[in-house]
Amino acid sequence: MSQEIAKKTKMERKALRDKTKRAVIRNRWLYIMLLPGVIYYLIFKFGPMIGLIAAFKDYQPFLGFFRSPWVGFKHFERLFTSGSFLRLLQNTLVISFLNLLFFFPVPIIIALLLNEVKVNWFKRMVQSFIYIPHFFSWVVVVGISYALFTTEGGVVNNFLTSIFHIKPIDFMGSEAWLRPMVILQNIWKESGWGTIIFLAALAGVDIEMYEAARMDGAGRLKQIWYITLPAIRATVITMLILRLGHVLEAGFDQLFLMQNATNREVSQIIDTYVYQMGMKNGQLSFATAVGLFKSIVGLVLVLSADRLAKKMGEEGIL
Amino acid sequence: MKRKNISVFDVFVYGILTLCFLVMLFPLMYVVAGSLASAKELAQNTFLIIPKNPTLDVYKYILSTKTFPRSMIVTTLVTIAGTLVNLVMTCLTAYPLARRNLPGRKWLMLAVTFTLVFSGGLIPTYLVVNSMGLIDKYAALIIPGAISSFNLVLVKNFFQEIPESLIEAAKIDGGSEINTLTKIILPLSKPALATFTMFYAVGHWNQFLQPLLYLNNSKKWTVQILLRQIVMLSSTSGDDDGMMPGFILPMMSLKLAVVVVSSLPIIMAYPFMQKYFDKGVMAGSIKG
Repeated sequence: MSQEIAKKTKMERKALRDKTKRAVIRNRWLYIMLLPGVIYYLIFKFGPMIGLIAAFKDYQPFLGFFRSPWVGFKHFERLFTSGSFLRLLQNTLVISFLNLLFFFPVPIIIALLLNEVKVNWFKRMVQSFIYIPHFFSWVVVVGISYALFTTEGGVVNNFLTSIFHIKPIDFMGSEAWLRPMVILQNIWKESGWGTIIFLAALAGVDIEMYEAARMDGAGRLKQIWYITLPAIRATVITMLILRLGHVLEAGFDQLFLMQNATNREVSQIIDTYVYQMGMKNGQLSFATAVGLFKSIVGLVLVLSADRLAKKMGEEGIL
Repeated sequence: MKRKNISVFDVFVYGILTLCFLVMLFPLMYVVAGSLASAKELAQNTFLIIPKNPTLDVYKYILSTKTFPRSMIVTTLVTIAGTLVNLVMTCLTAYPLARRNLPGRKWLMLAVTFTLVFSGGLIPTYLVVNSMGLIDKYAALIIPGAISSFNLVLVKNFFQEIPESLIEAAKIDGGSEINTLTKIILPLSKPALATFTMFYAVGHWNQFLQPLLYLNNSKKWTVQILLRQIVMLSSTSGDDDGMMPGFILPMMSLKLAVVVVSSLPIIMAYPFMQKYFDKGVMAGSIKG
């Protein structure tokens, strides 16, 4: 009896295999189309993952990747025991959380305001202009900041000194002003663009609901509170969780460009540190170890964020 | 009483939005105005929006140098070639992955999704690019980023929305897979493709980390790297045919003019890009 079943399942399996085989042959052109993509992924996406082994070696360019000696967790020990590690982590997280606190609400507020505008041309005009900064590079945005905030005749310092008669403030060079400047730049560059996703959520709201509310005597603020806000709740939660998953990414381009000799104590984040140690100081293995630490913690964070989103009944990311 | 309440609310809404609009616009106006003004005017006038004696001197100077026009041309070519490679590779890979009955599709998608949440990071990627002999080659700005996994997933999802019956019909008519892709799928995906073309192209133009890592030779610099050199490091160029010698033009105006010229392609393309902003694809793409 059991033998028969085994035979049957064996036959079934064989039939399935044959079926798959036929499907593979039938779809051979699809596989050929996939080939360049697969090769690309193997070399440039998975290749570097194999390269992470360098974090456990003392990579010497002249010895090559495979002949460099193994050193185990030496680089990680050095990272975790060095004083700079806590500072790096702190700098990265502080910038991320300041962004969460001050930048994150701005697009939501602007979207809510735009939603209240009934004059179409005004809405269009504001919308099409506030999206623009998103398309500028960080070099341009930081460059504009230099022009506006420099102590040598920048418009902001000119204004402050002529009105309040104070000494020029070193917005771009001092430790104290680095974080506020980074957040400000982020708000200027991305909050307009960030409204799109909330406006998309708001576009789905049935206009009749507002009419019904008005009939019941609800004012504009009450309408926002009871209709508009619940409509974007899901989007807000998803976006917030997404950001939490990426708290280790404080933005290489921006911080690298904002960094100078006087503010390094607060502007050095994990990404810029990896660049400096690996590319400038030539400590490739150590820098790889720092990067691996970030990648693993990042993976855990993103997966937890995804799970959290799904638990709260939202779409999730993956 | 009630009417008055509403108007206060409206004043608040329109007021705040106008303020946002001005805050966004002022830096750009100032940059353009500053690039046209003389050094003296720039130093004296606090809120400079319309310079009294506008001059194009710095622009003429920039265009007369060797470095800057060269970097603009190079970046334009890299952007065009890079975007083409991006589109071909992304569509070619997304199409088979969008076919539900393709054996192995699940595993391939899992691999793609994994690259979304985990990467080898900066140094190992550099080592791979280096071992392929791409250092100081423009291909290093194009090939290592040929496919963005994020865009690939979005394009695949978009292709999936197209009814499978259309593909079946094309196959019955004897069309090959590549014909089905180019004659049926791609024409149906025009709006989505326009959006991804835009994202990829802007990405190439603004690319900073890759040229910083892969181009050591200053003669090969792209516009963003040169821009950083001029604006932030206040050096005009890294090589001998630089901009500096005997320079009497205002340094600040020069910096601002360089910012303006390097952003010009983005500004010029912007009205065309705007058409695609409120399309469904966008919502998905912001999440990343």
